[in-house]
Amino acid sequence: MLAAGILGSTASSLNWAGKSGAGAVVTKSFGLNPNKGYANPTTVEVTGGVINAIGLSNPGVENFKSELEKLNKSVPAVASLYGANPEEFSEIATRVEDLVDALELNISCPHAMGGCGSAIGQDPELTREIVKSVKKSVDIPVFVKLTPNVTDIIGIARSAADAGADALTMINSLGPGMRIDIETGNPILNNKFGGLSGPAVKPIAIRCIFEVYDSVDIPLIGVGGIRNYEDVIEFLYAGASCIQIGTSIMYDGMGIFGKIVTGLERFMDDKGYDSVSEMVGIAHK
Amino acid sequence: MQVPKVVEIKRIEEESPTVKTFIFDWKVDSEKPGQFMMVWNFKDEKPMSLSLIDKLKNEIGISIRNVGVFTEKIHKLQIGDKLGLRGPYGKGFDISGKKVLAVGGGIGMAPIIAYSEEASKMGVDVHIVSAANTMDELLFSDRIKRSGAKLLTCTDDGTHGFCGYGTDLAEKALSEEDYDMVVSCGPEIMMKKLFTMVEKYKISSQFSLERYMKCGMGLCGQCCVDDEGWRVCVEGPVFWQDEIRMITEFGRYKRDSSGQKHRI
Repeated sequence: MLAAGILGSTASSLNWAGKSGAGAVVTKSFGLNPNKGYANPTTVEVTGGVINAIGLSNPGVENFKSELEKLNKSVPAVASLYGANPEEFSEIATRVEDLVDALELNISCPHAMGGCGSAIGQDPELTREIVKSVKKSVDIPVFVKLTPNVTDIIGIARSAADAGADALTMINSLGPGMRIDIETGNPILNNKFGGLSGPAVKPIAIRCIFEVYDSVDIPLIGVGGIRNYEDVIEFLYAGASCIQIGTSIMYDGMGIFGKIVTGLERFMDDKGYDSVSEMVGIAHK
Repeated sequence: MQVPKVVEIKRIEEESPTVKTFIFDWKVDSEKPGQFMMVWNFKDEKPMSLSLIDKLKNEIGISIRNVGVFTEKIHKLQIGDKLGLRGPYGKGFDISGKKVLAVGGGIGMAPIIAYSEEASKMGVDVHIVSAANTMDELLFSDRIKRSGAKLLTCTDDGTHGFCGYGTDLAEKALSEEDYDMVVSCGPEIMMKKLFTMVEKYKISSQFSLERYMKCGMGLCGQCCVDDEGWRVCVEGPVFWQDEIRMITEFGRYKRDSSGQKHRI
């Protein structure tokens, strides 16, 4: 799947990802109202990835609906939503339910403003309330994207699962982190801090998936620093049923989806796997 | 590594009452006309086309029209002041064809002058339509003459050269001469009209597009164009006309920093 927040702010780019081999696509997160996000620089590369503070920029649910209507549906589409409270989440969810195949609740953005993002995903009670509220409002599957920036990921995962989540996506970006220009002493990002993504976060994502796998009975969606099919196998072995790709598009472009599928198929042939499901959770045996 | 490199302003050329070119020492490697840099003034960061690429002196330049808060701050900078540059980004102009019509409107002349110098050096016969609203705003005329390219000027108010729009002068040139390539950068309204002309004259062409940019490195999706979803910062900013045909928003609308559409 194409991960949330990478391209994905228009139907065109989501359709393009689908055409390029992504098995499903997740939109960039959107909220109730238009949001410009932070001023530039919003992104800077660091060793092992990127830190970003885009600030959840989006045109608001009403404008975004016109994008969702243009999805060609060649692959399933997942709408990523953000909000500050159960009512907001449920309202947005209801308004887009008919246009997508599933929802992913972004309660984990590390650079969100006004009580959105990881402020929610670090609070098991609020997480439970939001998931419950959205589940009550819609009939399509609801995924919940978790932040790794917690002391007890299992507790949060259980909260979301108990509240009715159909799957958990792990992990959102890490940190936040920071980069400073050494010539002038200026923090490079306008927001100073930004979420870390890319290969550097992969070991943490793998650990989160591994830890949560035994604690919940719902599928896990692995995301964090995947660059090749070998990385995908690690995620599957840790317990993910499927995976998302984001930052690596910067390194490899849209071709990465096709490349990974080919590599994974060859690996499965060599090892005698008939389906991906046989590979899920192997590291727990 | 996609990180701004802080450099000192080496020279400043006053190109017109509203346009300045800022020149920096820069190890020129793969920089191509039509590519752009993300320019950081330690507060904000915006994409700017390369208007000078000098492989011998290892210098690059960006030309900036003073149109807003960011450009106003940059215009106040002096020689020796610092800016952060990252790039080059995007796909530049392909230098091919024997006789090329290059059409630049307003600050769109920035990549056109870089293109014309490089193409002329490679033996291409370049004719430039340089369009501005008035004589004082015609850009890079001396550099164009030195490059050996032929300069055709036009101004909206008729104070210099042809009186009328760049597209009117381009149409005249296309009907009189036999070009095998057209390149252009300028207001999208102008390029849209030019695109219609090159379709009629069946000439290969390349157009440089501008969209709101955030990351510049192909991740955020802010500059994606309908319907193919191409990123102006990676697949563009220069597109061939067969690609332009597939960019349905070309000349019609663009998105702002929140992703809301606005008519062009």
